[in-house]
This record gives sequence, structure tokens and C-alpha cells, in this order.
Amino acid sequence: MPTFFERRQIATPGDLLADGDYIAGENTYKEGSKIYAARIGLVEYEDKKVSVVALRAFYIPRVGDTVIGTVVEVGFSGWTVDINAPYLAILRASDVLNRPFKPQRNDLTEVLDVGDLVVAKIVSYDRTHNPQLSVNEPGLGKITRGQIVKITPTKIPRVIGKKGSMISMIKQETGCHIILGHNGIILITGKSLENEELAMMAIHKIEEESHTTGLTDRILQLIRKEKEKREVVENESKN
Amino acid sequence: MSQKTEKLIDKKGLRLDGRKPDELRPIKIEVGVLSNADGSAYIEQGKNKILAAVYGPKELHPKHMALPDRMVLRCRYHMAPFSVQERKSPAPSRREIELSKVIREAIEPAIFVEYYPRTAIDVFVEVLQADGSTRCTSITAASLALADAGVPMRDLVVACSAGKVEDTIVLDLMDAEDKVGSADVPVAYMPNLGVITLLQMDGILTPEEFEKAVNLAIEGCKKIYALQKEALKAKYVSVKEVEE
Repeated sequence: MPTFFERRQIATPGDLLADGDYIAGENTYKEGSKIYAARIGLVEYEDKKVSVVALRAFYIPRVGDTVIGTVVEVGFSGWTVDINAPYLAILRASDVLNRPFKPQRNDLTEVLDVGDLVVAKIVSYDRTHNPQLSVNEPGLGKITRGQIVKITPTKIPRVIGKKGSMISMIKQETGCHIILGHNGIILITGKSLENEELAMMAIHKIEEESHTTGLTDRILQLIRKEKEKREVVENESKN
Repeated sequence: MSQKTEKLIDKKGLRLDGRKPDELRPIKIEVGVLSNADGSAYIEQGKNKILAAVYGPKELHPKHMALPDRMVLRCRYHMAPFSVQERKSPAPSRREIELSKVIREAIEPAIFVEYYPRTAIDVFVEVLQADGSTRCTSITAASLALADAGVPMRDLVVACSAGKVEDTIVLDLMDAEDKVGSADVPVAYMPNLGVITLLQMDGILTPEEFEKAVNLAIEGCKKIYALQKEALKAKYVSVKEVEE
């Protein structure tokens, strides 16, 4: 039962990863006893499971995911939301308003209008129906302030880091509140624009170098260095 | 042109551009050249210069064209007006419409179309400069653009042509050889799976010659495949090397 790659080596679609009694994990497929890569990414072997951590992919909705989306259409009984996926999501008015409403009397644009950003959770989705969203939980709802960063959805786990090490470090260092949408959209809200910019810069850096090792430490150094630089500039301008 | 006594293969057995019969034209591939597209690739194969862009998967408009059980793949092959000696009208010609279909059908078997029902992927192939076997070069570029867009694929699709010029079976025809030569066999191939996804023939070959041409084209495909993989990895490896 040979494997043909080393861990964390780059594979391209069609590369033969393993032959024998293995289980095909994410971004791989099985033909007979052979497992091939289906996307470009880094190979990962875990016991009997062979998977590829994709370097490029798009977001596919999953029930329970937190996503950040843009309202693209206001209908009679709800909104259509672009969640950066191949499918548009639906957000029902009854879910947002929490009370009965009449389309004749209530104007939905007063609650959410085209172009508004929302943090929501996917409550249902399958192959035949577009995903449905809900904002009925604390922390969800319309976004009123902050910065939005868009990255490849597959890199969200890297931004979180092992047991959340990366994201908690960024939060601590910049003092920003960060919401990660599983669809690759990130909301950063901080006390000042500088702090938000610092967090944005760190996230962009992670996206660029997601497949390298020792990233958390490097990002930490980067943020600290950047902070120092800014303090120096501030002091000079005071003097 | 065929009236000229110019020989396509000289006494030494070399072709017009000095290639041996089983030699490819020089190839240069770059992946991710367009930032607006979800995936893109640029390829130069000899004098061929082709750009491929992929958008999607996305919701299909008009909606009634969407399929409930699979993804729709749309492909547009287009030659720029300046891509050939005499200005080509930018309107899609019969040939371009046909080639769009041929390219679509050559890359479709590689994509897991059943994974994402009710969606569509758009593939745009723009020929900036044409010098024979553009359909093959386009397929090579289009499959790279798809891989760059993160579309799950069974394998990369590579294409290469072979043909008969002055009684010799040659690899990777260029324009002059295509026009004057007696046969042209474009082949698209998935190297890891050993599957042919496109096989055409224009001209006359004996069964033996045909077999020889197909085998030669597959050999060519395998060589291009190595370059294709290298180009795809290069986009990410460059970042990695700087760090280490």
C-alpha cells in the first residue's frame, strides 16, 4: 500500500496520491483502489485518510457555517444575499423581524437594504435548494461598522490556526474584534482605523503565506514591528 | 502557398523552423495572470499566444438553462482580429463556434460536473496570435485556468497535435504544416488516467500512420503535461521559496 507523496508536498489535480486500502478525504477522489488529487494543494496523510489542503477553492455552503454576505435583492417576504458562493442565499423577513409582518404595511428596506452587509448562519441547504440564512443568534445581524477583508475560503482554517492560536494572537495584539465568515469574508472592528489596518495587513500576509511553516510567530513579529514603526512616526509628529 | 516548391522537411530531416519530426515547439506557460477572473492561464507554444480565463462556478443566467443534476460548462473560443495575417472579423465564425464546442467537450470529462448542480462555469479562450494547432494549445491553457480557479478536476487535460507532412509523421503542427501537410490529428489526453478526451482527424492517413500519429501526439501531451504541472505549482512555490 504505497503512498506517492510526502506530507505537505504540493500536488496538482490528477496526481496519484496513494494506492491501496486508503480513504479519500477532502479534495481527492478514488478510482478502484487508487486515490488521486482533485485540486491543487498540500497533501496530508492521516492514518488511512488521504486528503489535500486546497490552495485555491471556492466556498460551498454548509449547514451551521457563519457567513458574511451582501444583500443583493429585497423581495416581498425576505432578502436575497450574496454569500460568495455559487448559490445565492435567502434570508426570511419573519426570521429578522421576530414578529409577524405584513408585506403591505412593513417596508423591508427599512430593516435591510440592497448593499447592506449581514453576518448570518446557514440553517438549511441541500443540492436542490439554495441556502437559507438566519440571524436569530447573538452576534449575528446587520454590520454597521468595521473593515471587510476577502480571502480564499480554504484559508480560513489557517487564519484560525491550531486551536485558534493565530486568531486569538491577532485579536490580542491589535485589540480588534474579528468575525470570520466561513465563506472567506472577514469582518474586523476595532477601536481605531489603525488597529483595523494592522489586523487587515496580518490577514493578507497569512493568505499569501498560508502554506509555510512557523507562520504564527512571523505574523506576531510583523505586527509588533509595524506597531513600533507607527509609534515612532507618532512620536516624531508630536515633537 | 502549396504551389511553392518550398520543402516542409529538408534533406537533413528538419522542419521549417529547424525542429525534428518528433519535437515540440518551445512552450512557455504562466498561471494566474488575470486578477479579475477566478482562474486564468497564458500559454505560448511557438508563435501561438493564447489567454484563457475561467469564471465560476456561479448561478446561471438565464435560470431556465440550469440543469438540476449537474453544472453547465460554457466555453467561448475567440480569435482576436489581429491574431492572423489578414484581419479576422471579430464576430464569431462557424469555425470558432465549432471549436468552442470541441474545447468544451474535451475539458468536460475532467471536471466533477455532478458536484455542483444548478451552477455554471464560463471558460473564455482568447487567441492573441495563431500559428496552427490552436485548439490543442487552448485546451492546455483552459484546463490550467480551471485548476487555478479551484474547480475540482479528475486530471489536467493536455492536448497536442500530430500529422503527416511530406510522408513523415510529425508532432505539434504549425500553421504552414497544417495548411500544406496531408493530415492533422489533434489529441486531448488526461495523462494520469490515460484517457483520450478529444480525437479528431483532418486529411487522409492509413490505419498504421494514424496509430503512429496518435501515439506520437500522446507522447507530446506527456511532455507538455510536465510543463503544465510546473507552471501551476510555480504560482505557489515562489512564495514558499522566498520564506525558506
